[in-house]
Amino acid sequence: MSVNVEPCLDIRGLSAVLPNGQRVLRSVSLSVHPGEVRALVGESGAGKTMIGKAVLGVLPKSVRIVEGEMLIEGEDLGRLDPKARRTLIGARTALIPQDPLTALNPSRRIGAQMIDRLVRILGWNGEKADKRIRQLLDEVQIRDSERVLKSYPHELSGGMRQRVLIAAAFAAEPRLIVADEPTTALDVTVQKQILRLIAQLQRDHGTAILFVTHDLGVVAKISQKVSVLYAGKVVEEAETAALFEAPQHPYTRALMAATPRYTDPYASLKPVDETVLAGLAAEIAAADQAWRPRHD
Amino acid sequence: MDEASIARRGLSPRLWLAGGWLLLALLAAIFAPLVAPQDPLAQDLMLERLPPFWLDGAEPGYWLGTDSLGRDLLSRLIFGGRIAFIVAFAAATSACLLGSALGLIAGYVGGWADRIISRIVDVWMAFPPVLFAILLVAVLGTGLSSVILAIAIIDWTRFCRVIRAEAMSQARMDYVESARIAGYGRIGIMLREVLPNVLPSVVALLSLEMGIAVIVEAILSFVNLSISTDDPTWGSIIAEGRLSIHQAWWVLVFPLITLILTVLSFSQFGEALKARFDPVLR
Repeated sequence: MSVNVEPCLDIRGLSAVLPNGQRVLRSVSLSVHPGEVRALVGESGAGKTMIGKAVLGVLPKSVRIVEGEMLIEGEDLGRLDPKARRTLIGARTALIPQDPLTALNPSRRIGAQMIDRLVRILGWNGEKADKRIRQLLDEVQIRDSERVLKSYPHELSGGMRQRVLIAAAFAAEPRLIVADEPTTALDVTVQKQILRLIAQLQRDHGTAILFVTHDLGVVAKISQKVSVLYAGKVVEEAETAALFEAPQHPYTRALMAATPRYTDPYASLKPVDETVLAGLAAEIAAADQAWRPRHD
Repeated sequence: MDEASIARRGLSPRLWLAGGWLLLALLAAIFAPLVAPQDPLAQDLMLERLPPFWLDGAEPGYWLGTDSLGRDLLSRLIFGGRIAFIVAFAAATSACLLGSALGLIAGYVGGWADRIISRIVDVWMAFPPVLFAILLVAVLGTGLSSVILAIAIIDWTRFCRVIRAEAMSQARMDYVESARIAGYGRIGIMLREVLPNVLPSVVALLSLEMGIAVIVEAILSFVNLSISTDDPTWGSIIAEGRLSIHQAWWVLVFPLITLILTVLSFSQFGEALKARFDPVLR
């Protein structure tokens, strides 16, 4: 990537701890450039979702960021006052959530919810927002948008709701979208369509995406770059094609070996090698030993 | 929500029976001077302790009989309904506004706000409510407004506890998080995202509380601590009826039935409304 283009998202040496002092993010650095999809892959508990929440400013209260910077289009979130930060995050980012069941307000109609957001973020009037929403619903291939806009969330299927959420995420033209395992809660048959939709809209709108997933198959399909996360630490970072061709870190290799093959799913299904995990644990313990948060 | 489901739910007998009784009682109370067959305060010692209309010795025009001072029981019940409904609406609404607002703040904001509000609720609920009410009215002085105030002061905790718990579970939902990402502040999220989802419970509790307010007012009247003794209230009629139970049982029984029907209707009406308001149950 060209060096002179400012990244949409630039995370530099981000560390976070729990109240008991345990580190959950270990000097994480990663960047997402305009129009690029960066996959963030790792097993559950690795801190993938935590990074997404940190960027969007919705970390749980118990998690404290102790060092590092997060820049959205060159603006350091840590230097902004809370109100300015909220405005910046609201205007430039959006989330495609993991669970479409709880991501929409059950007691408000879909149309009202979507329009509200646009009015809030872009300051548009209701009519303009309504037009925009219809256009986006069209883009996510919802044909009976009239009915969908008037529906309550529980009246739609999971796949339909995820389409609505994708449309909502792209509607305000954010620069960066955090997609937090957007296909995990869906049927396998629907997963593929949703993934294709996200890729399609991403290309059409030129939006940068930080794509959080545990599924290497999804990584290969959608991203140009990958960061592999283990225990809150980026163990490998590469272009997607290069990573699949020649994974450098033993953990990445082990993770790939653990992915089931369609030809023989049971034989190929093996857990990540224990010696690799032991090596990682030692590596992380050594790093933690040496680590002192800068603010102390 | 399609037409068929509206029709199906609209026919819920619970809603109709409870709502029907409340509407009847409310209309009678509002138009009491037109509806009541007699003056509720007019005493006539020639007509004392007349039985209700189906018993021997009843007088036409005195449907439910008269009390020991010859006052028409039905008219007194109808006029007593005025006080009951005013207290029910005013006290329950005040308790609801206060309790729900504090509950919403405690549940959504959490932290110190929650700790302070929850401790106050704990202390509040340690007081026996009826004694607390009697004490409050004794301090505030009798009268309609102090009865309303006393009930609101005692019963806001009922709303606070329930709404706090519901707001807490709503606060963990993803749509609240996505509202935060979109840049809404606390107040905006509470009103836009959380409140609509706790509203069905607020409505059900409000209706239930109206029934409770009617009971508390009756209790206060019973111990002669409600409004002035001239105006008939259900509680004061019950208190009088208790004294003449052996000579005129109807003076005790009819206000009791009225009271029970009204309280029951309020609670059932609330439950039925909740089922209708809740988009997921709907």
